[in-house]
Amino acid sequence: MNAHLASATAAAAERSARGSALAGTGALVRFMLRRDRVRLSVWTASIVFFYAYFVVALGALGDQARAGRALIMQTPSGIAMGGPGYGIENYTVGVAIANEGITWMVMGLAIMSILHIVRHTRGEEESGRSEPVLARTVGRHAPAVAAAITLCAVNAVIALASALVLSGVGGAELALADSFALTAGSGLSAMVFGAIALVAAQVTEHGRGAVGISLAAFGLAFMLRAAGDIQQRHGSALSWFSPIAWPQQMRPFVDVRWWPAALCLVAIFVFLLVGAFLGSRRDFGGGLIAVRAGRSDARAVLRGPATLAWLQQRTAFSWSAIGLGLMWFASGTLLPDITSMIAEIPESNPVFAAVFGADPSQFTTAFLGVMIMFAMLCCAAYAVVMGQRAKVEEGAGRAEIALAKPISRHRWFGAQLLVAALGTGMLAAVSIWAMWLGAASVGYAEQTFADYTGVLWPYLVALASYLGFATVLYAWIPRASGAGWVLLIYTFVIGMFGGLLQDLPDWVHGISPFYWLPAAFTEQPELGHMLGLAGVAVLLFALGFAGFRRRDVPTG
Amino acid sequence: MSTTPAIEIHELSKSFGRVRALDGLSLSVQPGEIRGFLGPNGAGKSTTLRVLLGLLRADAGSARLFGGEVWRDAVKLHQRIAYVPGDVSLWPNLTGGECIDYLARLGGRADKRRLKARKTELLERFELDPRKKTRTYSKGNRQKVALVAAFLADAELYVLDEPTSGLDPLMESVFTGYVREAGAAGKSVLLSSHILSEVEKVCDTVTIIRNGKDVESGTLEELRHLTRTSVSAVVGADPSALAALPGVHDLAATAFAGATRVTFDADNAQIGAVLTALTALEVRSLSATPPSLEDLFMRHYGDVLDPGTAAVGGSPEGAKGAGAR
Repeated sequence: MNAHLASATAAAAERSARGSALAGTGALVRFMLRRDRVRLSVWTASIVFFYAYFVVALGALGDQARAGRALIMQTPSGIAMGGPGYGIENYTVGVAIANEGITWMVMGLAIMSILHIVRHTRGEEESGRSEPVLARTVGRHAPAVAAAITLCAVNAVIALASALVLSGVGGAELALADSFALTAGSGLSAMVFGAIALVAAQVTEHGRGAVGISLAAFGLAFMLRAAGDIQQRHGSALSWFSPIAWPQQMRPFVDVRWWPAALCLVAIFVFLLVGAFLGSRRDFGGGLIAVRAGRSDARAVLRGPATLAWLQQRTAFSWSAIGLGLMWFASGTLLPDITSMIAEIPESNPVFAAVFGADPSQFTTAFLGVMIMFAMLCCAAYAVVMGQRAKVEEGAGRAEIALAKPISRHRWFGAQLLVAALGTGMLAAVSIWAMWLGAASVGYAEQTFADYTGVLWPYLVALASYLGFATVLYAWIPRASGAGWVLLIYTFVIGMFGGLLQDLPDWVHGISPFYWLPAAFTEQPELGHMLGLAGVAVLLFALGFAGFRRRDVPTG
Repeated sequence: MSTTPAIEIHELSKSFGRVRALDGLSLSVQPGEIRGFLGPNGAGKSTTLRVLLGLLRADAGSARLFGGEVWRDAVKLHQRIAYVPGDVSLWPNLTGGECIDYLARLGGRADKRRLKARKTELLERFELDPRKKTRTYSKGNRQKVALVAAFLADAELYVLDEPTSGLDPLMESVFTGYVREAGAAGKSVLLSSHILSEVEKVCDTVTIIRNGKDVESGTLEELRHLTRTSVSAVVGADPSALAALPGVHDLAATAFAGATRVTFDADNAQIGAVLTALTALEVRSLSATPPSLEDLFMRHYGDVLDPGTAAVGGSPEGAKGAGAR
């Protein structure tokens, strides 16, 4: 592929003016699209699929259930996880998609945009891959501009395809113009975060730092929008500071207006300008934040692979713990609101009672259970990511250096997994206890600390299987390590929608490790189930260790 | 010193899918021997070393270190060896100094004070700043970290995979010094390289690998014996008789200041008879250039390499790509 790039840039060099900061952009655009053709196609297909899925799922609910849903969407946590509540009085499929879907669509697209931009700018620089490219007649801004252009193109394709799918699947209920307002608005909003990533890529020396800064910006935007919308229905002034609010404020399927999209355009333009300004003022490979000199001797604790694995994973762990801890703490503080609101509803709204039952305390517990399942899925995601650390080490050639020392395969591999497992466990504990702390801090004492801990430990057993599954994949089919996500997605789909699909055989549920867990706060764990889960985890790890012992490192 | 060979490889084969990386390779290194392992990129050098380290599992043949089986006894054997990989990548969040210490500690027991003194000396000699995060290091600096870590270890065998790639000539000579020191201390070294001059400088013996098979093996002297010496002389008498001698090749004669300048290549096996014949021709000046390793190398690879790119050894920066990964 490098040869392809070489000839492409050489050809571009002849065409473009020498010395121009943008020379070679066209060739880079083609190169990026070629390199990322699979990656971008998967993103596009997934997002379009989710739009279609939303329409079908929300349509299948029926009017009554949607009306009940509209009520939840007016609670603080509903608003935080959903939208400003335009058209909530008449909660049609379109209104529901706009109100609940936009935040998450923007999140998905923003993550795609951030990763795309950082990958092609700072990531390439950091790895040194862009050095031979820039040494040719390629302008210094060309990689950034090419990354922005390809990002625009991908977002445009996604917006168009999603709009067509929305109105295609939704039929007459979802007008094409409103559908496009929704998808294009979400895309533009996401591109604001892509543009922020471009600025971040100039500031930090490392791709990971740039991704972190950009995601933090998204987190801030998420909080601003949530806080602003909780203050006032249809959004307060605070909401308008968040790019996530802008597509929501376009009010698709209610009373569509286009001008908030212009805010996105202005923001994108401003961030691109700032990025270009900063980009012209730094050295290749350098950042604007200087690097301090480090230690010349290692600390005494750094003496085995486990310590090193912890040093490598601790940043990711700390940020995950802080982020998830805060998020679940905040969710915990919302529990009294949800309960008191729900308590009033069955009297005033017979529809709600029909859907969720007349006992509000049971409903709160069920709601809490779903929240905990989400929290534990986040921890499972952490396990899947950290389960692939060994693969990263091997791919980078660092496993080779360590294994050339008198360190057994088991010890090295075990160290990676031990740190990943402990991190996952601690993250699960932090998430659940943060929820308890949040609830307790606002005086909600339905469930005690012991209750939460009782919910926690069965989950720990189940979480081990995710790490175990990733381990087996890495040891036996390293190329397919990414398939660790499949189990996670499976759990999510079964956990959320398995109940809706009546005729699923038991084993389809049973593949999901969470299926074997007791209902949170109401059931006791069954010993047989827990032993079974633990047995599966042990088996997976044993299989992983055996596989890793017998294969080539690095694998061909 | 025991008499068990430090390295003994016999008829080793290893395939990656349909690619046959090693095809019946044999190689041995005796205690105290410094062996060069020569071959261009993709010939199978790195694969051989990784099999030796128990990282890759051989399909057929045997590989032993100090008499121990490399796959099964890997951990135990690694206590006695130091390895520098061909493509050094380090933990980006550690500094160079931390990486060196970490690798030293993985090696197990060591006298701390000796280690510290030795580390200071090595860092100084290699002019390496240990306080920088390794992600900021250039290729050469990463290489230095691996070299410092290797020479810090009190090993009996050094397995070095193209250890000087990315080093400047000054650092190369520092490296050469340490290899010689190891050799003088009775350590064994297997030095894989495509840089002929480097191998020529430090190695006692050489094995040349081509397409996963050893094609030539022996001391430098022995190998030189198989090649030709270039001779250039100015003689007063008619040199045409030389052409008829066995072992004389590419004879050319030109008039030179009232005499004749002859140049030719002579088989080393015949060099005595050729010189006797030459001295009979009223020699006025004579120069004889011994065969370089490059000549040796070219004999094995000349047919596959175009003369323009034949400087296999001329480019230490030569991309070490396809073959290594």
